[in-house]
Amino acid sequence: MRYLPLSTDDRAEMLGKIGVGDINDLFADVPPHALLKELVDLPLHMTEMEVEKNFNAFAAKNVAAGSVPFFVGAGAYKHHVPSSVDYQIQRGEYLTAYTPYQPEISQGTLQTLYEFQTQVAQITGMDVANASMYDGSTGCGEAALMARRVTKKKKILLSGNLHPHYIDVVKSATKYTDDVVITNDPTVNNTESLLDQVDAETSCVIVQNPDFFGNLNDYTEFAAALQEQKILLIIVTTEIVALGAIKSPGEMGADIVVGEGQSIGNGLNYGGPYVGLFATRQKYVRQMPGRLCGETKDADGTRGYVLTLSTREQHIRREKATSNICTNAGLCTLAFTIHMTLLGEKGFRQLAKINHAGAVKLRNKLQNVNGLTFLNKTFFNEFTVRLNKDAAEVVEALVEHDVIAGVPASRLYPDNDELKNDLIIAVTETTSEEDMEVLVAELQEVLNA
Amino acid sequence: MLNNQGRPTGIEDVNASTNGYQSYTGSRGLSQVEGLIYEIGDKNRTGVDLPEVDDFESCLGGFERTEEIGLAGLTEPEAMRHYTRLSRKNYAIDLGFYPLGSCTMKHNPRLNEKMARLPGLSDIHPLQPISTVQGALDLIDTLAHWLKTLTGMPAVAMSPKAGAHGELCGLMSIRAALEAKGDARSIVLAPESAHGTNPATAALCGYKVKPIPATKDGRVDLEAMKEALGPDVAAIMVTNPNTCGLFEREIIEIADAVHAIGGYFYCDGANFNAIVGKVRPGDLGVDAMHINLHKTFSTPHGGGGPGAGPVVLSEALAPYAPIPYVVAGDESFDIVEHDTTGKSYGRMTAYHGQMGMFTRALSYMMSHGSDGLAKVAEDSVLNANYVLASLKDIMSASFEGPCMHEALFDDRFLKATGVSTLDFSKAMIDEGYHPMTMYFPLVVHGAMLIEPTETESKQSVDDFIGMMRHLVEKAKAGETERFTGAPYNAPLKRLDETGAARKPILRWTKSEDE
Repeated sequence: MRYLPLSTDDRAEMLGKIGVGDINDLFADVPPHALLKELVDLPLHMTEMEVEKNFNAFAAKNVAAGSVPFFVGAGAYKHHVPSSVDYQIQRGEYLTAYTPYQPEISQGTLQTLYEFQTQVAQITGMDVANASMYDGSTGCGEAALMARRVTKKKKILLSGNLHPHYIDVVKSATKYTDDVVITNDPTVNNTESLLDQVDAETSCVIVQNPDFFGNLNDYTEFAAALQEQKILLIIVTTEIVALGAIKSPGEMGADIVVGEGQSIGNGLNYGGPYVGLFATRQKYVRQMPGRLCGETKDADGTRGYVLTLSTREQHIRREKATSNICTNAGLCTLAFTIHMTLLGEKGFRQLAKINHAGAVKLRNKLQNVNGLTFLNKTFFNEFTVRLNKDAAEVVEALVEHDVIAGVPASRLYPDNDELKNDLIIAVTETTSEEDMEVLVAELQEVLNA
Repeated sequence: MLNNQGRPTGIEDVNASTNGYQSYTGSRGLSQVEGLIYEIGDKNRTGVDLPEVDDFESCLGGFERTEEIGLAGLTEPEAMRHYTRLSRKNYAIDLGFYPLGSCTMKHNPRLNEKMARLPGLSDIHPLQPISTVQGALDLIDTLAHWLKTLTGMPAVAMSPKAGAHGELCGLMSIRAALEAKGDARSIVLAPESAHGTNPATAALCGYKVKPIPATKDGRVDLEAMKEALGPDVAAIMVTNPNTCGLFEREIIEIADAVHAIGGYFYCDGANFNAIVGKVRPGDLGVDAMHINLHKTFSTPHGGGGPGAGPVVLSEALAPYAPIPYVVAGDESFDIVEHDTTGKSYGRMTAYHGQMGMFTRALSYMMSHGSDGLAKVAEDSVLNANYVLASLKDIMSASFEGPCMHEALFDDRFLKATGVSTLDFSKAMIDEGYHPMTMYFPLVVHGAMLIEPTETESKQSVDDFIGMMRHLVEKAKAGETERFTGAPYNAPLKRLDETGAARKPILRWTKSEDE
């Protein structure tokens, strides 16, 4: 077996050194009936070629986003990742390293984490960021729990414009704590209504910008109103590229910012692994979940980096830890950081501009299609249209014509009849003008058949 | 002293060999100093060519970002060099033996990476139509089948993102099952030797954690556990093989006892590598167990993640598992994204879990097959016992063998040497090794937990043993400075962690450096 270096002779010699006759003597503590006498009922080992054949067969049964005109977003986006990013993250020194618990021989990982934390803090407009969460949705759950620790209050108010999966994750994360989660209908999305719902027990309000349907909002006044009542404002961004174009959550006065970082450096991967961005104000840093990398000096006075403030974490604080998270999104943060470094200020802003321009262009083209109305006044690279037919059926019909038109809102709100004709359409720099023309033509046909 | 190739071997010799010259750059040959991107790049540089955009009417509604963000950019050659230079400051499995106990740092096959990058698997969106991702669902279902077969369990929740997330999934399923019976309970038992994630997870589930002491032979004290059991105990969380590297001999009795009071047995599967293909947790009375795909099934640790932590569940717990889950029909696969039974406790994460890790893990499993996986367990246990047998005469083994896949030592052998477990570990760095896990588990003093894994050759393990014996002899011979000042040969000397925590600097800022 190609991954097992011990030879039969090695094994015999080693058993001799140990002083036992048979490998199963080393399993003597296992209850005899539980030690399998035969192999489990699974296929025997395979060559590389056989494994590849199996995976090629799996892959062939999927439609890759890059192979068709593709307009699916809703929290995960198809962006172009420079080749050097994928090369770097496959370097063994990054790929096959553990969590940097021995800083003297982990400066590579640690310095990139420090760069990552700085980039995330800058992009979100916040003071500090952690070294990542699993993804945006779990980061959102962690933010709700953190607000409880900061405010000592237990009512969590969710805007109706939050990604439905994020809503579900917040509900699960707080299911067995005694927090109370108040949700809103997706159509309820204005700050006046949210302000009406807060009270002395409210710990935080969670909103999304751009929101799940692509709308943009300015939460500056809302943030100020909440601050007066000592309620934390948590702003979620699932399309981090947007922050190259729109006012940052920090500028609006957010207390905690949660982001899905997949768009930068990371592929779609059918939902994971992604990278959760988590940033907050300096004064709340000791209530943060997750790992933090900090600057320090070595015995010679040379600058270096270490994991720090670990007394917040489970391996030290155990049941009193700020979170149970251990393994996080390591390599995905590296991909994010390298891609962001390649973009730089100039590239990040240009990327955002191209995304927005593309969405505007598609919106303009779609205006000629009959049977479709626009629901957004504002948007970044994603907007929602109401069709004259069931959106899920339209998407399915277009699959037959090799177009993947977007996400029908009913996929996430199966019980909401009001949204069943709504289609969420995303555009990125990977969307060509030709892709747009195909979508327009196909929609025109299907909606007017 | 010179080695057989004529190079100096001692610290003093190494220092002497530099003649005390400080380099102008601070670099030492291939050990190169590298600044932050903010020091070497600037806001005008970029490593991507993006097209210009014709004028258009913005739909941002006046919410444009006008302030400078402050990002630094590098051109592609600069970025490539920056990250390559940084990479060389990392230790990695590809560079050497990485005996971190409880972490299972085994070889990461590159075939897995290649499979995970097939466009048909990497370039698919979690919300594209189900008819266009039949291969992905087939893959998830196939992996689920392998996991269920290897564990002898009837169900598996695939979406948890890492081990601790899996623990949360398992405990929430348990709590949901108990609440369905109108019997929420309030206590979870966990041995003193448990991973920190166990009590942290129990707390997130609203449970109080009651620690169970260990016996003198490093296992759960069954009598103490039975005394702690009562109608308010929801579950016991036991790692098996445990964090001392030992198989819980009384595992069946533990399971029976917790079942007798109507509680559940959660097994922390972090150490599944020792028994994969040899023992099925389902045969031991386990109700729920997470599997770290990034340990047992070789998906890379990536400097701290990503992981994946699917949770196998018993028949009794399966109905309470989180959404989503894949359902195999006669002709196609479907994915259930909304609970229709009213029993699921909810959702762990957006979308469907760590698909990229599923691909890698299944590629590894298929490569090994049922025969190879049993050998994985055997060779990992063999390597660990060989280390134990080869070091126990001069180091202090905490417990009688045989051990499973990792060997636990404590610091008794360092008594009166002035060398601590930390010092000893840092001296290992000078020898070109990554240290073993230190100071965990907490049940022995100055713990050193060594997990060689099955992917080390006998030659490699022998070299490690030789190095360890050498260091033990030096410590006992009073060469204290070799240890207390170590590492001498790493990119940096020992780092001030206390100072870092006292006044945290968590990001680069302009004002400070300019």
